Amino acid sequence: MTSSASPGVLGAAQSIDYVALLPVLIVAGGALAVLVADLFLDQKGKRLLSWGTAVILLAALAADIGLWVTRTAVPRQTFCLPAPTGSTGSSGSNAAQQATALCSFSADNFSLALQILAIGATLLVVLMAPRDFRAPFGEYHFLVLCSLTGALVLVAARDFITLTVALETLSLPAFALVGFGRHGNQDAPGTSGEAALKFFLMSIASTAIMLFGISLVYGTSGSVYFGAVQRAAAQLSGYQGTVFAVAAVLTLAGFAFKVSAVPFHFWTPEVYSGAPVPIAAYLSVVSKSAGFAGLILAFDLAFRSYLHDLGVLIAVLAAVTMTVGNLIALRQRQAVRLLAWSTVAQAGYILVPLAVTQWNGTHFTLNTVVGANSLGPAVAASVAYLILYAVMNLGAFAVVSALSSEGDGDLTQYQGISRRRPRAAFPLAFFLLCLAGLPPGVMGLFAKVAVFKAAVSGDMVWLAVIMAVNVVIALYYYLRWAALLFAQPAAAPAEATAVPAPTSTLATARPVSIPLAPRLAVGLALALAVVLSVYPNPALDVLNLH
Amino acid sequence: MDAILILLLALPAAGIIGLYLAPRELAGRIGAGVGALTFLASLVLLPLFDYKHPGVMQGQLNVSWVPDFDLRFHVGIDGLSLPLLLLTTLLSALCLLYDAKKTARDGSGRAYTALLLLLEIGMIGTFVSLDLLLFFIFFEIVLFPMYGLISRWGAESPAGARQRAATKFILYTLLGSAVMLLGFLLIHAKTGTFDMTVLDARHGAGMTSSVQAAAFLLVGLGFAVKTPMWPLHTWLPDAHTSAPTSGSVLLAGVLLKMGTYGFIRIGIGMVPLGAHRFALALGAFGVVGIVYGALACLAQIRQGGDFKRLVAYSSIGHMGFVLLGIATLTSVGIDGAVFASVAHGLITGLLFFLAGGFKERLGTTDLFTLGRGLYERARRYGVLLVFAAVASLGLPGLAGFWGEAYAMIGAVDPASGLSSLGFHILLVGAGLGMVLTAAYLLSVVRRVCMGVPGDAVPDLHYPPMTDLTPRELVTWTPLAGLTLAAGLWPALVLALAHPAVQHLLQGAR
Repeated sequence: MTSSASPGVLGAAQSIDYVALLPVLIVAGGALAVLVADLFLDQKGKRLLSWGTAVILLAALAADIGLWVTRTAVPRQTFCLPAPTGSTGSSGSNAAQQATALCSFSADNFSLALQILAIGATLLVVLMAPRDFRAPFGEYHFLVLCSLTGALVLVAARDFITLTVALETLSLPAFALVGFGRHGNQDAPGTSGEAALKFFLMSIASTAIMLFGISLVYGTSGSVYFGAVQRAAAQLSGYQGTVFAVAAVLTLAGFAFKVSAVPFHFWTPEVYSGAPVPIAAYLSVVSKSAGFAGLILAFDLAFRSYLHDLGVLIAVLAAVTMTVGNLIALRQRQAVRLLAWSTVAQAGYILVPLAVTQWNGTHFTLNTVVGANSLGPAVAASVAYLILYAVMNLGAFAVVSALSSEGDGDLTQYQGISRRRPRAAFPLAFFLLCLAGLPPGVMGLFAKVAVFKAAVSGDMVWLAVIMAVNVVIALYYYLRWAALLFAQPAAAPAEATAVPAPTSTLATARPVSIPLAPRLAVGLALALAVVLSVYPNPALDVLNLH
Repeated sequence: MDAILILLLALPAAGIIGLYLAPRELAGRIGAGVGALTFLASLVLLPLFDYKHPGVMQGQLNVSWVPDFDLRFHVGIDGLSLPLLLLTTLLSALCLLYDAKKTARDGSGRAYTALLLLLEIGMIGTFVSLDLLLFFIFFEIVLFPMYGLISRWGAESPAGARQRAATKFILYTLLGSAVMLLGFLLIHAKTGTFDMTVLDARHGAGMTSSVQAAAFLLVGLGFAVKTPMWPLHTWLPDAHTSAPTSGSVLLAGVLLKMGTYGFIRIGIGMVPLGAHRFALALGAFGVVGIVYGALACLAQIRQGGDFKRLVAYSSIGHMGFVLLGIATLTSVGIDGAVFASVAHGLITGLLFFLAGGFKERLGTTDLFTLGRGLYERARRYGVLLVFAAVASLGLPGLAGFWGEAYAMIGAVDPASGLSSLGFHILLVGAGLGMVLTAAYLLSVVRRVCMGVPGDAVPDLHYPPMTDLTPRELVTWTPLAGLTLAAGLWPALVLALAHPAVQHLLQGAR
């Protein structure tokens, strides 16, 4: 089982299920279409590219939803190894055979849900570009779609090679995208170029570490397919077992960078504040979700039998990540930097269920699983949190992005904004309460409950208590910002009252209108947040169904 | 009956939507109307309630909401929750009515009224929830509106102070409730259900003694912050001092009761062995709170001492009696705790209204700046203040008496297995606290109500006081009337609460 079939047989027998690949193909084809269209459009027409990209994303979303609706108990898989010759003739059920086959690409619940998440999130990212967005539109949208292609493949990847290639496809365009941010001056030395370079170097370093880990995994287990690695790892012992454990830790380091877990988080605030705000949102949701997907696939599928030992490591990582993220977020004065640190903290919460290896006394990591659909209730909690987090975080970023052309992004810019811009202030306050997990932001509360439940059921009450303290710390900075929105406006009231007819100041104080697209992004996120607050079941059910 | 319970939650929600749609100027009236309607709807429960079985949950509605969490929208009431529910709707209606005129003048009346209505939803929901997770959600809903009320509409004095007070309030209570959630999840992990009726019926069966102890500790921490129990009380004086009048009334009148209600319904009813293990400690903290609250109140009787702060500290003392009653684990003690909760809601609500009246008239609640001779300056106001003060110190015949007396009677003979000696020592402390309570309240009366008004003394000029306005008369006298009624006829509450308490206590024996 561990030795792979010869290449000749592989090439002859593989058939490709294009339906399963449809969302990926639409996005990848769309990327090329955008690039070509950019050549033929004048400056005015390029403005339409964002709407064109939105249409492409809607098409991909429709394809993915179609796959979701028509999914069956046995997921669509493609790029499969042919079944071993001995068993092909047997009368074993075709479905069971298909479920255990070694495939590189699987469109199961897990993949489809995260693909829908990634496409939907990218749609909001594309819409949320502010009025004075200066990036070259053609390249910008081309790179976003390219990066998304990587994310879509990554969540569906079921072998380490596909996973790595997808991860790089996701990352490389992101470096360039970060570079589109505003360029600094003497007052604000951090330039987007610097951020992009930092991002690039750190990303490369972490990928190198991860590749080394993967090479060790292949060396000890003899396969790159998650299913095969899982079966092989259970039999490893002695020296090989140690090497395998080391390999798992090295792989963890690579993904910890992507999800910005402490101590691999240093790039996060710089890169987020240097990048254009929509790209910061993209990194915080799409890139991070993909990172978590990779982490879940590697650990809960491939390294499953070692999870019992690695769980404590992840638990510590989670505790440190949320604590550091929240404590530093307390001191932030810049909106994007605050969100950046808050996403670090949120990554800590998402890691919590991944550390759980038992459920009410049953050690569920000891059973082998065949696909990502049956990863268990703990992983379901992480995925649910990811989905809920994506909505509320994108919402907050969408408001910040829409308002980013009005000021320097300092938190004081938001003081008393509810008078001038109630349609920005109320949604932002709602998203912040969701992130804090405080009703009326019930969606965030459900997300927290899912994670708490996983920790308590997994007999990790200590981690749950640390998280409870962290939730309180986080509430402080979210609430401070939310309260600022409704405070008295700071803009020198003394002057305004002294001058009897300040018509000119009133005129300048009148804010420029926000374009339709960012309004749409905020509205969509708000609608989703409200719906999920009342009816969170779709997010929670992703891995629990069948 | 279940329809009424839903209506109680839906009316304020509809009110919030109405506020959004209606013109700004109508905010106060909409609020008052919705408050009154909700109160009337809650009164409809009285004839529908089955008084033969107050220990049984009535008007139950049980719908699945989030199956993945086993969260069900399960509501219902029994004799324990009905008095607290009525207290909630009454105080909410009075507050909304009281603020109706003020908010009409203020441009921000819409948001203010909306927050009050949201607060009401949370409070009502807490008392009718029969699912632990649903209870938790409603328990949390009250935090944000109260935070908003304090931080945005609080006392004007130092700008940073009310922000700090609001932040302190919400961080403290959130820490408590986050830990409480862990307790609920622990209970669920061990029993497989969040259903409070099922857990009540089991009386802790299925959980070992140590699990129950851990669950009680986690859950109790949340309730202890809310109640508040000394030494977790430090958020309370600041919050009260900074909150607007209605905020103070609802905070003291209802929010604190959410803590005591939780202790009784969940602490004693569901993890009785845990409650038993920590009963003496709970009682001891309660008695320390009684004495501490009284001493802190005495310390407020000085130049610069604040009347609102004094009432806030007195709440810590009164809640100490409630905790003592709960800690005895006897039906008489817990009856007393329930009664004292309701009585405290009425009396302290009235006291905070009176403090708000001072603030509105004189711009201060400083005990020494208020001036003497209130009897002369505003007769009816003074009489009402004295009435509230003597009710608060526990004069027999008024509501303040029964609850605290029952709590102490319960401590004479605590539940079997609890140290009698320990409770007798606590009893001495509670008695001392009662004397001190009388001391500070009478000092307040002497300081503010008695004496000659400034005009008679040449070098003293106390500001003039207008007497009770019709609006105040309408909103405050129901509280005074109910204080008298409950004092003369304690069965008003106890007949309802006693069977429910009996039912809950079966597990603790």
